[in-house]
Amino acid sequence: MRAAVIQFPGSNCDRDMAVALQAAGADVSMVWHKNTDLPDGLDFVAIPGGFSFGDYLRVGAIAAHSPICQSVVAFANHGGYVFGVCNGFQVLTETGLLPGALLRNAGLKYICKHVELNVETTQSAYTSAYKIGQTITIPIAHHDGNYNLDDKDAQALFDQGRVAFTYADNPNGSVRSIAGVLSENHRVLGMMPHPER
Amino acid sequence: MKARVHVMLKTGVLDPQGEAVRHALSALGFDGVQGVRQGKVIELNLATTDKAAAEVEVKEMCEKLLANTVIESYQIELS
Repeated sequence: MRAAVIQFPGSNCDRDMAVALQAAGADVSMVWHKNTDLPDGLDFVAIPGGFSFGDYLRVGAIAAHSPICQSVVAFANHGGYVFGVCNGFQVLTETGLLPGALLRNAGLKYICKHVELNVETTQSAYTSAYKIGQTITIPIAHHDGNYNLDDKDAQALFDQGRVAFTYADNPNGSVRSIAGVLSENHRVLGMMPHPER
Repeated sequence: MKARVHVMLKTGVLDPQGEAVRHALSALGFDGVQGVRQGKVIELNLATTDKAAAEVEVKEMCEKLLANTVIESYQIELS
């Protein structure tokens, strides 16, 4: 598998992501946000956690309009796999590849701890090795992880099997305890918890 | 020409920062505050002097970048 990890100014989980992908057998290239093109022959793009552009304006907003993100959107629209963690999830919602938006945690505090997640679907390359209802423990580290979407749209995500993970004990006020969301074709995944850690 | 863009969370979107400010005001003895919503103001210095053109352009800026219309609404003031 050929993977790319996108680096923005303020990304800080980019190397963790690269190490995790390499451990999973991927050939990983790092791609700077000012590049306009992704490397040829890619299978997978990862957008790492961090504080891209200092979280200025809104979390993920400036990064979502960087030159490389236009290529990432095109890659996803042609069926490519795109995976965003934490700030990467925020970037993916800002590009419109995933629905909803991430707001300040309901309790206003930055939360850094291990949380239990429920696996909600096995219908994706990311979750196919799990069982539905299985609980996994993964760390979170975020201030703006409160996933917001109106109730009707949130229900539609469940109905379409597009909720990958929910929190067993909602730490941040996310609607319906949603922790990770898939695109319509189940190839783009955004999640606040950090499986690469 | 100057444009001032007001960005607010939409009605119905929980504003935890506004709530925290309300609690702080209450702690200071301002008991009459029933709700607080916190937003942001973005001031733009525009080269154009054409108000209609400015309005169209700033609206596009809001839709593309300045506001996330999933959760935020915006108002544009031109002067």
